[in-house]
Amino acid sequence: MKISYNWINEYLDLNVSPADLAEKIERTSVEVDGVTQPSAGLKKIVVGHVLSVEMHPDSDHLHICQIDVGEDEPLQIVCGAPNIAKDQNVIVALPGSRIAGNVKIKKSKMRGVPSAGMVCALQEIGFSEDVVPKEYVDGIYVLPADATPGDEVYDYLGMNDSLIDLDVTPNRGDMLSLNGTLHDLAAIYDQPVELDQPNVKESGAAIDSELTLHVDADLAPQYRMRLVKQVKIAPSPMWLQIRLWNAGYRPINNVVDITNYIMLKYGQPLHAFDYDKFDGQDVYVRTATAGEPLTTLDEGEHELTDQDIVIADSNRPIGLAGVMGGLDAAITNQTKTVAIEAAVFEHDHIRKAAQRHNLHTDASQRFERGVNQAGVQDALDAAAQLMNELADGAVQTGTAVGSDNEPEPAVITISMGHINAVLGTDLTQAQVIHILQSLEFTVMAEGDTLTVTVPVRRNDIHIPADLLEEVARIYGYDELPTTLPTGRMTMGTLTTAQKLMRATRHSLEGLGLNQAISYALTTEDKAKMFTMQASEITKLAWPMSVDHAVLRMNVITGLLDDIAYNTARKVKDVALYEQGRVFYREDGNDRPSEEEHIAGVITGTLMPAGWNQPAQAVDFFQMKGIVEAYLQDMAVNGDVSFVANSEMPEMHPGRTADVLVHGHRIGFIGQVHPSIAKQFKIGATYVFELNLQAIIDMPKQENQYDLISRYPAITRDIAMLVSDETTNEEIMALIDKRGGAYLQSVKLFDVYDGVKVPKGKKSLAYTLTYQDKQGTLVDDKVNQAFDKVTQRLEDDLDAEIR
Amino acid sequence: MSLKDKLDELQQRGLAEIKKSNDLKDVNQVRVSLLGKKGPITEVLRGMRDLNADERPKVGAFANKVRDELTAALEQRREELERAVLNARLAKEAIDVTLPGTPVAKGEPHVIQQIIDQIEDLFLGMGYQVLNGPEVEEDKYNFEMMNLPKNHPARDMQDTFYITKEILMRTQTSPMQARTLEKHDFSQGPLKMISPGVVYRRDTDDPTHSHQFHQVEGLVIDKHVTMADLKGTLQVLAHELFGDKFDVRLRPSYFPFTEPSVEADITCFNCGGKGCGVCKNTGWIEVLGAGMVHPNVLKMAGVDPDVYGGFAFGVGPDRFAMLKYGVDDIRNFYLNDVRFLKQFTKKG
Ligand SMILES: [Zn+2]
Repeated sequence: MKISYNWINEYLDLNVSPADLAEKIERTSVEVDGVTQPSAGLKKIVVGHVLSVEMHPDSDHLHICQIDVGEDEPLQIVCGAPNIAKDQNVIVALPGSRIAGNVKIKKSKMRGVPSAGMVCALQEIGFSEDVVPKEYVDGIYVLPADATPGDEVYDYLGMNDSLIDLDVTPNRGDMLSLNGTLHDLAAIYDQPVELDQPNVKESGAAIDSELTLHVDADLAPQYRMRLVKQVKIAPSPMWLQIRLWNAGYRPINNVVDITNYIMLKYGQPLHAFDYDKFDGQDVYVRTATAGEPLTTLDEGEHELTDQDIVIADSNRPIGLAGVMGGLDAAITNQTKTVAIEAAVFEHDHIRKAAQRHNLHTDASQRFERGVNQAGVQDALDAAAQLMNELADGAVQTGTAVGSDNEPEPAVITISMGHINAVLGTDLTQAQVIHILQSLEFTVMAEGDTLTVTVPVRRNDIHIPADLLEEVARIYGYDELPTTLPTGRMTMGTLTTAQKLMRATRHSLEGLGLNQAISYALTTEDKAKMFTMQASEITKLAWPMSVDHAVLRMNVITGLLDDIAYNTARKVKDVALYEQGRVFYREDGNDRPSEEEHIAGVITGTLMPAGWNQPAQAVDFFQMKGIVEAYLQDMAVNGDVSFVANSEMPEMHPGRTADVLVHGHRIGFIGQVHPSIAKQFKIGATYVFELNLQAIIDMPKQENQYDLISRYPAITRDIAMLVSDETTNEEIMALIDKRGGAYLQSVKLFDVYDGVKVPKGKKSLAYTLTYQDKQGTLVDDKVNQAFDKVTQRLEDDLDAEIR
Repeated sequence: MSLKDKLDELQQRGLAEIKKSNDLKDVNQVRVSLLGKKGPITEVLRGMRDLNADERPKVGAFANKVRDELTAALEQRREELERAVLNARLAKEAIDVTLPGTPVAKGEPHVIQQIIDQIEDLFLGMGYQVLNGPEVEEDKYNFEMMNLPKNHPARDMQDTFYITKEILMRTQTSPMQARTLEKHDFSQGPLKMISPGVVYRRDTDDPTHSHQFHQVEGLVIDKHVTMADLKGTLQVLAHELFGDKFDVRLRPSYFPFTEPSVEADITCFNCGGKGCGVCKNTGWIEVLGAGMVHPNVLKMAGVDPDVYGGFAFGVGPDRFAMLKYGVDDIRNFYLNDVRFLKQFTKKG
């Protein structure tokens, strides 16, 4: 809500600049989105009196005007506006002036005719089109007849005012009005504020004879109407138009403008009906019947539901309660009798109706947050009074009241001890009482206890904590001491799982992968890829887009999306890992279970080409090395093995392995199937995904000290021809098992299956290292052991030793 | 010619030859020719037999001296030549030290992770636990126990991805606070926790909105926790993340789960508080929301609000990263352009 600095100053003697006032409001009551002064940036824009208007000889729409701008000689200005006429006072941008958007106006020629400036529309001096009175939207604006030529126009148009844009939090509905703001400022600046009391002049018959209200008090706890007859619909006076457009409202006519003005001032939405369009004298506040149609003021057509509250005559709805009036009973230029409605509607119905019909109006916003239920009659009276004063209307005697359930003010007790204990302050009772009284709360003190009665308009205050906030903010958050919690010591440590997750990240970063964070919401297709266990998908009920509609069941696809993003931007080498959750759901459960996973992807090369080394494209074994090193870092207790898996549809059937720890599958590694890579628009990519939760849960090895033998080690190399089907793992296992007591390690150092070996065979070569920790090993012992293992290789694996 | 004269002459000649030798081979030859078994010195010494007993020791001593001096000269020459050979080799081995170093594969933590870790470490040091909750939550924990009953208007503030009517993607990490509060045994001490994690909102992705982002929410509940403690804690956090020069100010705000509720601003890092475009000329930048835990939240978790109370705060690492590094598009954090990820590697 935009609130006028000048308007505030009619009631309070603040003596602060608009910027300072805005800052004070922001620090004490609600957020401020900005402070604007409509005339800021404008220069040399004055009142001009049109002395004559002639058609331009070479144009069918330009006019040549002689305009008195308060100087000795009138200015000749060429103007294209259709509505310019002799004797008007208009807005003139002089040569050398600045208009909206910092545009400079210079002397010029228009189709050969000199033009010394420009006659302006309101939009051209910075008005938003939404607030320009309809009759001036497509032309220049006409200033009042008593404006003085040569004067700057700003004061005539209220443009020297400053407007503070309040971003009111949902709890502070009271701040959506001048009066509410004044109450708060009075407390902030510790000044009394005197608000006007309406004084309505009634005449004519008692309203009861002309209007009967039938109100469901559950829907509308308060519902009141006044009747004003013989109104003369006309434009509002300037002061009223200025108030409205500065607050962001378009002036329409005196009756409608008064309802908006009263809403701005009191925070009470009002609605003006054309009484003569009612069918009969009865007005109902009821729920709509499902399917009932209503055309609102904005010409929107709505099909109502039985949850909507409507205002209806005997025949049909004439308004969507608290949201917008109906077109049928709207005020027009022919309106003679106005029924003014002031009500309180049940906020939840209003909120839902506004959502349902997508009609978020200033009225609905205020009803949702709650209006001042003690001020409904005042607002109604003030509106009636103004219709009398500004539209010559005759206010009928009395108010029609359909419901009148004004709530009792909240009474809250709070102790001084509690206030200081929660705020961490040393406030005295006198200080607290003064603050609460400055907010116009009534306080009774009895010992340490305060009994506080809160005015009805502050519908956000119900419990002691609410009072604490009032005391704290008016006292000033800056004044609070700055301390840290004391009390019993607590240990801050990460859990084992958290530590392992951190270790996982550090390990993979050390191995060259960059951490990525991808989207966990993905497409159904991608959610189902690369899955490690059977699961139902989990879908969002109302996704924003198909790209993010299903919870992922793998981490890899997000990383492949990342690679695709990089690839599309010509980044060819991408090495990423991601630690995050996947979501598995069992049929029949609404809620999926969450499992921590760790996944990695590499495309291109991990080590880019340099001047001294060629790039080495990533392959299976590089990724495997990373996974092995990672699992070693995590110290999983159990043998890690890799078992070929040709069954995963998204993976290369010949280059994929399950990762097993102690025989349990914890994930997989391999090359993405080329057709899947193509689908993602990426090149050859190697990936792994592991169940991190399983790794967290596994038993771990402890670091331990092992004696480093001071006796020399002896090595023996062995090369052999074996069949293509024989795996390295089988050979290693056999050597390990049959290598004897002194065998310390076995290392593969060569694999060859080129032209020099027979078809169906391959050559593998290993280094066996022997060592005795207790003494110097003699060749004989090693030879014995080596011969034995050689024999077993020949016997068991049909190896041909070379 | 006396023996002594012979030795003299031998020494002169020997030294000259040593000097002339140009490589180790030469030096060796000279050594053999001078000091070898068939060399002149041996020969001279052999002639000593003819001397009388008086002269013999003198000449003998002189001969040893000549031999030692020649040996030393030979050794010196050998070292000189060896050094020259080495120097020549080293000169050949010279490289252009300005050529680039061989690259090593080195991965980096994500910038959001870095901020989360930093916040975690700070609060661990102050005795907080770190608790990660489920990302798919029940309406009860995400909203109802946060004092946001089903029809609460503030639910409109947070657009939510529902899976069913009761199951949703968490919109905040505070449900973990409700879960922990429910279980915490206050006889064992105060509850001090932070819950970092991913959260989801039903938003269209654009430069300032992301349907997925991160939050770290903190909670302290004990018998005597004050709003001044909250202020001090937020100040420590701001100093840790941005630096000591940053001030914190609190402003009133509204959250259903806290009362009083505040928003915390820090000094604008761009202008140092003078006012600029980044801070909309206020000198302050909004960084987090906080407040004293609403009694209803405590009550719903089975904690007596007349005995216990405390504060809660929530910070957005994404927003922090955007502010701290001037990242102008939040989507950068989730698209993982390697060139983006590699910008946040400075650790010193
Ligand atoms: Zn700034």
